[in-house]
Amino acid sequence: MKMKKKWYDYLWILSLTYLILGFFNILFAWLGLLCFFIPLFIAIVKGNKGYCNKYCGRGQLFALAGGRFGLSRKKDIPKWMRSNYFRYGFLIFFFAMFFLMLWNTWLVFAGTKDLGTVVTLLWTFKLPWHWAYHGTLFSDGVAQFAFGFYSVMLTSTVLGFLTMILFKPRSWCVYCPMGTMTQLICKARNAAFSPKQEFRSKG
Amino acid sequence: MIKRKAVVNIWECVACGCCIKVCPRSAISIPNGIYSKINQDLCVGCGRCVKECPASVITLREAE
Repeated sequence: MKMKKKWYDYLWILSLTYLILGFFNILFAWLGLLCFFIPLFIAIVKGNKGYCNKYCGRGQLFALAGGRFGLSRKKDIPKWMRSNYFRYGFLIFFFAMFFLMLWNTWLVFAGTKDLGTVVTLLWTFKLPWHWAYHGTLFSDGVAQFAFGFYSVMLTSTVLGFLTMILFKPRSWCVYCPMGTMTQLICKARNAAFSPKQEFRSKG
Repeated sequence: MIKRKAVVNIWECVACGCCIKVCPRSAISIPNGIYSKINQDLCVGCGRCVKECPASVITLREAE
């Protein structure tokens, strides 16, 4: 029983292209903001996780690599990793690191800090990445954000790949900060709107 | 004959939608973005979603 593929089943190509482009010109990292704003937009406006469910190219990439290419052990994820403590904890940690990155970008914008042409992997390891930097037309801060954002994207890909190998292909989805956040938005929306609907149906 | 149906632990479901993609009967949906719902009338208990679920929160239960 083979399901018919839709156009959005090929979005993994975009995700892969994004990662590759970052090796050539870091400024492409800005495109990654789409992976932040589209899911939020769908969750806030439509009140569902349509992004995760249909369009997430990263999820598709893991599903392909772990499923079709067999790079996954396909074992159950440990219980603690799917607990709300871990999921929300990781979301908070991820956000803290994200704001630290924004702060560094701001310092470069303000001119108090020099541009660092490195990609920081797993918030710790500074990889030299100067070969993907060919100058920017605007402030150095624009490039600093690109390096910072690409670090976020590469780090999450590496983490996702590790858990893909260890557990099920799309294990990343369990603790993906965007997924946790959009689910939270949907929960809040549902809590805010559904009682009213119930009330209405009761007349 | 014992029929089996897939059941979701809605408290631990992350609503990622992996189950929707593998369901051969299109019996699964995530209408509110919080957890997945399996249409028990359509479910044939094949267990594909159970295998796919990255959070391992779907199980097969015997139905009457």
